[in-house]
Amino acid sequence: MEITAVFYLLPALIMFCAGVYGFITRRNMIAILISLELMLNAVDVFFVVFNRYLHPGQLEGMFFTLFAIAIAAAETALAIAIIINIFRATKNVDVRGLNEMKF
Amino acid sequence: MDATLPLLILVIPLAMFLLLGLFGNKMSHPLAGTLGTLGMGTTLVLAYTVAFTYFFSGDPMFIAENGDRLQHVVFDQTWLAFTQNLVIKLGFLLDPISAMMLVVITTISFMVHLYSMGYMRDHHGVYEHGFQRFYAFLSLFSFSMLGLVVATNIFQMYIFWELVGASSYLLIGFYYTKPSAVSASKKAFIVTRFADLGFLIGILVLSFYTQTFNFVEFTSAPVSGLADTYQVSIATSEGIRNIFATAAAPTFMGASVLTWALVLVFMGGMGKSAMMPLHIWLPDAMEGPTPVSALIHAATMVVAGVYLVARLFPLYLMETAALDIITVVGAVTAFYAAMVACAQIDIKRVLAFSTISQIAFMMVSLGVARPDFHEGLGYMASMFHLFTHAMFKALLFLGAGALIHAVGSNDYTAMHGLRKHMPVTHWTFLIGCLAIAGIIPFSGFFSKDEILSSCLGNSTFVYIWMSAVAALTAFYMFRLYYLIFWWKEHETPAGHHAPHDQPWTMTLPLVILAAVSCVAGFIPFGNFVSWNGEPYDFMAHFDWSVAAVSLAVAVLAIALATVMYRKENQLPAKFKNAMPALWRWCHHRFYWDELYMFITHKIIFGLVCKPIAWFDRHIIDGSMDAMAAVTNKASEEIKPLQSGQIQFYVWIYLVGALLLGGITAICLL
Repeated sequence: MEITAVFYLLPALIMFCAGVYGFITRRNMIAILISLELMLNAVDVFFVVFNRYLHPGQLEGMFFTLFAIAIAAAETALAIAIIINIFRATKNVDVRGLNEMKF
Repeated sequence: MDATLPLLILVIPLAMFLLLGLFGNKMSHPLAGTLGTLGMGTTLVLAYTVAFTYFFSGDPMFIAENGDRLQHVVFDQTWLAFTQNLVIKLGFLLDPISAMMLVVITTISFMVHLYSMGYMRDHHGVYEHGFQRFYAFLSLFSFSMLGLVVATNIFQMYIFWELVGASSYLLIGFYYTKPSAVSASKKAFIVTRFADLGFLIGILVLSFYTQTFNFVEFTSAPVSGLADTYQVSIATSEGIRNIFATAAAPTFMGASVLTWALVLVFMGGMGKSAMMPLHIWLPDAMEGPTPVSALIHAATMVVAGVYLVARLFPLYLMETAALDIITVVGAVTAFYAAMVACAQIDIKRVLAFSTISQIAFMMVSLGVARPDFHEGLGYMASMFHLFTHAMFKALLFLGAGALIHAVGSNDYTAMHGLRKHMPVTHWTFLIGCLAIAGIIPFSGFFSKDEILSSCLGNSTFVYIWMSAVAALTAFYMFRLYYLIFWWKEHETPAGHHAPHDQPWTMTLPLVILAAVSCVAGFIPFGNFVSWNGEPYDFMAHFDWSVAAVSLAVAVLAIALATVMYRKENQLPAKFKNAMPALWRWCHHRFYWDELYMFITHKIIFGLVCKPIAWFDRHIIDGSMDAMAAVTNKASEEIKPLQSGQIQFYVWIYLVGALLLGGITAICLL
C-alpha cells in the first residue's frame, strides 16, 4: 500500500481540530497555550507534507516550518512569562476570572 | 453748526463714567465727587452754550425767515448698517424740545452732583460706601439721558431709553445690601422692560411701513437749500400720511396700523413715565438715594415718556384716537396718584405720587393738544410744565433729602415743626410747594394754567377733572408741608442734637432751584417751544377766567390743608374715621401692588407657569430621559458581546466561518 499525502494530512487535521477544540473549551491558560501549540504543529506538518508532495526538490516549506518552530518557541516563552505573572498577581490561571480590566 | 460742542456734551459724561467706574476706587472720595461734579459742570456750560446758540443766534440753520424754529441735524453717523434700508444711525438733533431738555437735564444733574457731595456722607462727614460708584452711575445716567433727548432716530432713542433704564436700575439698587432696594430695582427694571416691549414692537411696526427710523422724516420735510435742517409741519409729512391713509393700509382688530404703532410706542412711554397701570415701580424706586430720586425719578428720566410723545407729536396728530387714549390714561393716572398722595406717610412716597400725577398732567396736555385750538397750545404747555416741574420737583426732592438726612427717617411723623430748625430748607420747600400748587407768580402756576386752558379747549369735562386734580395737588402738597414743618414742636430724641440745615453743597442747589422756580414762569416759553416751531405768544391768548379759577381752587385747597394740618388737631383723624374705606384704599395705593402680586403669583405663576413647568419637567424632560434610558438598557444588553474573551471570539469566528463555508458549498453545488 502506497503512503499518500492523506495519511499525513488526516492526523494533522485531527491534531488541528483538537487544537481548535481545546482552544475554545479550555479555561486553564496553560491548556490554552498547549492547544495553540497543537494547532501550530499541525500547520507545520501541513507545510512539510505539501512541500514534499507538491514541490519535491524545493525547500521553502521546510524552512518555513523551521521558522515557525523557532517563533513558536519564543512565543511560548513569552506566553508562559505572562501566565506566571498573572498567576502571581491573582493566584489564578482561569481565563474566566480575568475580567477586572473589562468594563 | 460745528459738531464739537454737541459731541463733547455726550462724551464728557461718558468719559467721566468710565474714569470713575474703572478708577474710582483708587481715588479718594472727595476727588471722585469733585471730578464728577466738574465734569457735569463742564457739560452744563456746553449744553447751555448749545441751547443758547440754538435759541438766540438767529442763524438760518435754526430759524426760518418767518421766525419758525427749525430742526437741525448736527451730525448723524451710521452706526450699524444691516441692509440698504435698515441702517441705524447715531446723531445729534437740535430742535426746540431737545435744546430745552439739554438745559433741564444738565441743570438738574449738576445740582444733584453738587448736592450729593453733601448728601452721600453721614453727620460725621464720613463718605458712604460706594461713593465713587454713585458718581460713576450718575455720569452714566446723564450720558444716557442726554443721548436720549438728542436722538435723531427712534432707534437711537430706544438704545438710550434702555440705557437710562439700566442706570436707573443701578441707582435704585445702590444700597444693594438692603433687600427692599434690590427688589425695588428689579421691579423698576422688569416693569419698564415690559413696557419697552410694546415700544419696540411699535418702532418695528412704524418703521416697517414708513421705511425709516428718522424722527425728522417722520415729522417734517427738509427746508430747501439746507440738507440737514428740517421744518416741522403736518402738511409736509404728507408722504407718511399717505402711507397710512391709503385704502390698502392694513387694519388690525378694528384700528389702523398707525394707531396700533402709536399706542404701542406710547406704552413704552407709559412704562417710563409711570402711567397707570404701569406706575407701580415708581413709588418703590424711592428706595434709591434721594438725589437719585430727584434726578431720575422726578425731573428727567420719568418725563422721557412725555418727551417721546412730544417728539412724535405730528404723527400722533394724524391719529387722534391715540391722543384720546393718552388723554384718558393721563387723566385717570393724575387723579389716582393725587388721591394716593393724600394718604401717604413716607414723604418721598408723597413726592413720588405727586410726580406721577404731574407727569400725567403733561400727558393729558399732549393728549388734548390740537392745532385748531390756540395753535396746539397743549404741546407747548406740556413742555413748559415739564420744564417747570423738573425744577420745582427736583427742589422738593432735594429738600426732602435734606430733611431725611437731618432727621434720619422718611416719615413725616418723625419730623413735625422743623421750620425753626431748618430755615433754608423750610423756605425753599415752601417755594416748591407753592410752585407745584400753582400759586402766582411761581412757575407752576403758569404751566399748569396753560395745561388747563388747553384742556378747556378740548373738553369741559377734562378741564373740570384736571382742575380737581390741581386742587388735590395743592392740598396734598400743603398737607405734607404743614406736617413736616408745623403741626407741633419738634421733639429731638434724647442723645440726639436738634436737626439743622445742611452744608452749603446741599443748600446751594436748593436755593438755586428755588430761585428758578420763582422766575421760570415768566419765561415766554411759547417763543421757544411750540409744536410746529412757530412762535406762540401765550399772553395774547391768556384766559383770565381759567387762571382765576385755577388760582381760586389752589388757594381753597391750601386753606383747607392749613385748617387741617397747621396745628395739631383732631380734624384729620375725624376725616379718616368718617371715610375709613376711602382712606384705607388711598393709603394702600388702591391695592395695585396686591393686584399685580395676585396676577403674577396666583394667575401667571400658579395657573400658567406651574403647568408649563410640570409639562417641561415630565413630558419634555421625560421623553429625553426615556431615550437615554432605552439607549442605556440596550447597551447594557449587548455589552457581554464585547467580553474580551478570545475564546469566545474564536468560537464565533469558527461558527461563522463554517456557516459561510457551508453556504458557499451549497451554492456551488
